[in-house]
Amino acid sequence: MARRRKPAAAAADLVSRIERGEPGAIARALSLVTDESEGYEALLGPLFRRSGRSHKIGFCGAPGSGKSSLINRLVTCFRKAGDTVGILAVDPTSPFTGGAFLGDRLRIQEHSLDEGVFMRSLASRGMVGGLNAAIFPALHVLEAAGFDRILVETVGTGQDEVDIVEVVDTVVCVTAPYQGDEFQAMKAGTTEIADLFVVNKADLQEVDRALGAIRDALSLGPEVRAGWQVRVVPAAAATGQGVAEAAAIIDEHRASLKATGEGERRRRRQLRKELSLLVASLIARNTLERIGERHIDALLAGTTDPLTLGRALLTEEI
Amino acid sequence: MVKKTRRILIAKPGLDGHDRGAKVLVRSLRDAGFEVIYTGIRQTPEMIVRTALQEDVDVVGLSLLSGAHMTLFPRVAKLLKEAGLDGVLLLGGGIIPDADVPGLKKQGVTEVFGPGTPTGDIVSFLQKWFAEREGAGAASPAAHGKKA
Ligand SMILES: Nc1nc2c(ncn2[C@@H]2O[C@H](COP(=O)(O)OP(=O)(O)OP(=O)(O)O)[C@@H](O)[C@H]2O)c(=O)[nH]1
Ligand SMILES: [Mg+2]
Repeated sequence: MARRRKPAAAAADLVSRIERGEPGAIARALSLVTDESEGYEALLGPLFRRSGRSHKIGFCGAPGSGKSSLINRLVTCFRKAGDTVGILAVDPTSPFTGGAFLGDRLRIQEHSLDEGVFMRSLASRGMVGGLNAAIFPALHVLEAAGFDRILVETVGTGQDEVDIVEVVDTVVCVTAPYQGDEFQAMKAGTTEIADLFVVNKADLQEVDRALGAIRDALSLGPEVRAGWQVRVVPAAAATGQGVAEAAAIIDEHRASLKATGEGERRRRRQLRKELSLLVASLIARNTLERIGERHIDALLAGTTDPLTLGRALLTEEI
Repeated sequence: MVKKTRRILIAKPGLDGHDRGAKVLVRSLRDAGFEVIYTGIRQTPEMIVRTALQEDVDVVGLSLLSGAHMTLFPRVAKLLKEAGLDGVLLLGGGIIPDADVPGLKKQGVTEVFGPGTPTGDIVSFLQKWFAEREGAGAASPAAHGKKA
């Protein structure tokens, strides 16, 4: 039986293998941080210190709008430009069984043999909007591996415990014909978060109406945010039409993030969110462990109330 | 308190284009609480193994109707081994004559489910396999690390 090594030594070893881009090490680390398996905490620091260099691009949009198909095409563009690509694709966990069908690879599988592409499917595990706190360490694994671009596909509008805008640098919303009018776009809240709308399935007849719906929704609010004019581009992931334009706009946005200082502002927002989620979970863990029968006795006797007692539990040993 | 998720890759190697059986299986595995990855038809053994590696799955289930199982299944087994994925459980299913089963088992396919196997049987097989493995893991964590 192999003797278990010290977590720090094991973590350092794993991280150096991740930095060398070993797929097995990247995959293992992703499991450790998303499952919070034994030893994962020792990974978090070293991974974090290697983060912050990749361009993170998020994709949201209604089920079936073509996010995975579009990603598949964009990966080809990015690879032609010489960039390596990491992909995290989130699909929903069934709230009834805890199981999940992770099907995004169906559309992206043509890149499975490309050494410059690493894709991982993640289950939302309880979050309907897809993202939970584990997305941050998962991203740090891919960042540490040095991928130039990291693409995150989320479910629906990507707004849940964690919003997609709090995670990535550039947000792409994918819509398609027959997804409603400008009111649907507004209700979904995508007009507030998208840097680029891709109206996919431009091979279908109703594409002009779909383009109009997004443009109408956008025209109702500020047209320019942080020096960036939100863009709308028709595309057909099925044929590749419009994909090069979408890729070019994504690059323009990346340049704009640098030029306007918005990139740093977004990075600060991501860090604040990551820290907040971590603090919340640490507090919850520590404080909940300290609740004992004597506290319940006090509530039962009416000598205190939950808010007073709760505050006291946070700050002192009582 | 760590709940290890149970991840399964269902893959269709070979050239046959019928994947209703695979999809039915994917559906029942998901309903049984597994995280199931399905990559579609016409996957080469190389694609299947790279996917298994990236997705860090515990199980790879191969489904094949076209009759090429005697070459394709052992090839997947061999590549899994070369990729350091020895701990991954390899299962086969589809139209596989009984006579071929011992040969496949000798070449790294742990269990073969012939045509008409109720999906419930496959689910129970997997539940039992995971329970045993997790039980062993709890008793001696060091022996568990499947590819540390
Ligand atoms: N006509 C047409 N169909 C497309 C196009 N792009 C994607 N599709 C089809 O739309 C369906 C959904 O595509 P996906 O890429 O899986 O969509 P998705 O948004 O990733 O879906 P979820 O991950 O389930 O939310 C598939 O049947 C695709 O073949 C397109 O440009 N034109
Ligand atoms: Mg998808």
